[in-house]
Amino acid sequence: MELFINKISKSIQLLISISMVILISALCFSIKNYLDYKIVAFILLLTVSVAAAIFDIIPVFVAAILSAIIWDYFFIPPNFTLQVGSTEDSILLLMYFVIALINAALTYKIRQIEKIARAKEEKANTIKLYDTLINTLSHELRTPIATIIGATDNLQSNNHNLTAENKEDLVSEISKATFRLNQQVENLLSMSRLESGFLRPKKDWCDIIEVIYDVVKRIEENNVKQKIVINVNPDIPVFNLDKAMLEQIVYNLVNNAIQYTKDHNEINIIAHNYGGLLELIIEDNGKGFPVEEINNVFNKFYRLKNTKAGGTGLGLSIVKGFTEALGGTVHLENLKTGGAKFTVSIPSQVSHVKSIKNE
Amino acid sequence: MNKAEILIIDDEVQIRKLLEITLESNQYTVNQAENAKNGLITAENHPPDMIILDLGLPDEDGQSVLQQLRKWFTNPILILSVKNSEEEIIKALDNGANDYLVKPFRTGELLARIRSALRDGINEEGNPSITFGDFVIDLEARTIKKNNEFIKLTATEYRLLALLAKNEGKVLTHQYLLREVWGPGYINQSQYLRVFIAQLRKKIETDANRPNYIVTESGIGYRFISDKD
Repeated sequence: MELFINKISKSIQLLISISMVILISALCFSIKNYLDYKIVAFILLLTVSVAAAIFDIIPVFVAAILSAIIWDYFFIPPNFTLQVGSTEDSILLLMYFVIALINAALTYKIRQIEKIARAKEEKANTIKLYDTLINTLSHELRTPIATIIGATDNLQSNNHNLTAENKEDLVSEISKATFRLNQQVENLLSMSRLESGFLRPKKDWCDIIEVIYDVVKRIEENNVKQKIVINVNPDIPVFNLDKAMLEQIVYNLVNNAIQYTKDHNEINIIAHNYGGLLELIIEDNGKGFPVEEINNVFNKFYRLKNTKAGGTGLGLSIVKGFTEALGGTVHLENLKTGGAKFTVSIPSQVSHVKSIKNE
Repeated sequence: MNKAEILIIDDEVQIRKLLEITLESNQYTVNQAENAKNGLITAENHPPDMIILDLGLPDEDGQSVLQQLRKWFTNPILILSVKNSEEEIIKALDNGANDYLVKPFRTGELLARIRSALRDGINEEGNPSITFGDFVIDLEARTIKKNNEFIKLTATEYRLLALLAKNEGKVLTHQYLLREVWGPGYINQSQYLRVFIAQLRKKIETDANRPNYIVTESGIGYRFISDKD
């Protein structure tokens, strides 16, 4: 109700509250002979209270003043004059007026308090989100940096105590840390591109098979243990989409699956064309997502509760952002057999191999 | 023994140090410049065999340095930059860069690109055939054989493969390939390229999905690699 009313402009609110008072007054006037004018006062007061419950302060004040005048003019004897016959009626009119105004003012005050409480709550939520962001970011960026600094220090100042194997291990840790750092920076850059609102897909013809195999090759270079199975009909047409964005979508989804499954698990990548709709499925046979968290996983900086996997919580929100920038949708569900299934659907122009003459 | 002399134009001291160590330990001679002005002067006073150029220089845009160099400098120029947008890369290739590598890069990859670029200058025309793996392309007869057996290619597939193979190690942009193989009217018909590259891979690669010869440079073009260094 509140939200709905907030969207209505002040002048329309004024118009509605005036009409309400006039309409009710007219109704009362038409059955005037059966109603005591004091009862009419209560009916009008009720009308003003209703207006106070839903409208802003100014329309309510206007309704209060207007209804007082109408009551006086049409109902308090003598009728059709603003004069008031008896002292009793004068007091009644004054009281009517004061009650109507108090009514309006009180409702307004309650509304203000509510508003302040809501603003406080919003601010608290923003601060909480900001804290989470700073915490995850500083953790995700500082951990690899700490590794690099520690390992290089060790190599520089402790060199003669280290075995060849130690040194090799340290160098390999530096390499892993820089890779992780690089990945986080890439994610942050993608996110800021998305947030800037200037992200425009650069559409060109892409071979989805090539996109998938390239991504898998990049991921497999990091010695992943899970088995990645690709299942795409070789006759799938080429799609007119932004290849870089598509690559990032597939990469983040597969990478996510790698991080949240165990070594023995399997990841399936499937692509279909449904008459100009590219459907990409990335599913695994891991544990799936906690049901109550499924709706949150695409939120920026959201991390699963009780998770050990590293990450900034940006990967899936980038997937969602890029998919939507391409006019598509992404959907997550748990498989009945266990495991998670992401489905990305993006509408696209297609071009079939057969339609191009191979001269 | 490599004796090639390489000039590094980059404002980042750490990158220059890394390149110096990497290149000198691979027997290249290294010269350095920390900005565009000194880079241009050094190149002119003592022309190197190759230039490694950063695009984000403090005193001048790297693309403009590249254009100035290309007015007279014919040896290979390799761009090494953090700028990774497709537009920037294509622009650099159009401005005459032989190759482009985005920072952060693997030193192994850098060395492979340097070797390939330096080789470019050596095996110039006149060679009537190109050999890669088990394949031999006969440029005069316009045929290709694998282990002495003819492989059937359509005329377009042959033109595409020959063009790629003649420019071994070099990135050829989508537009360039479309213009050279199909003609100037086709430079926006990139779906042709996707389809023909896929066909060609099926005929020459061991696994078309994991190509070794025709390598994709995402968003830019393709690169032909005859053997893995």
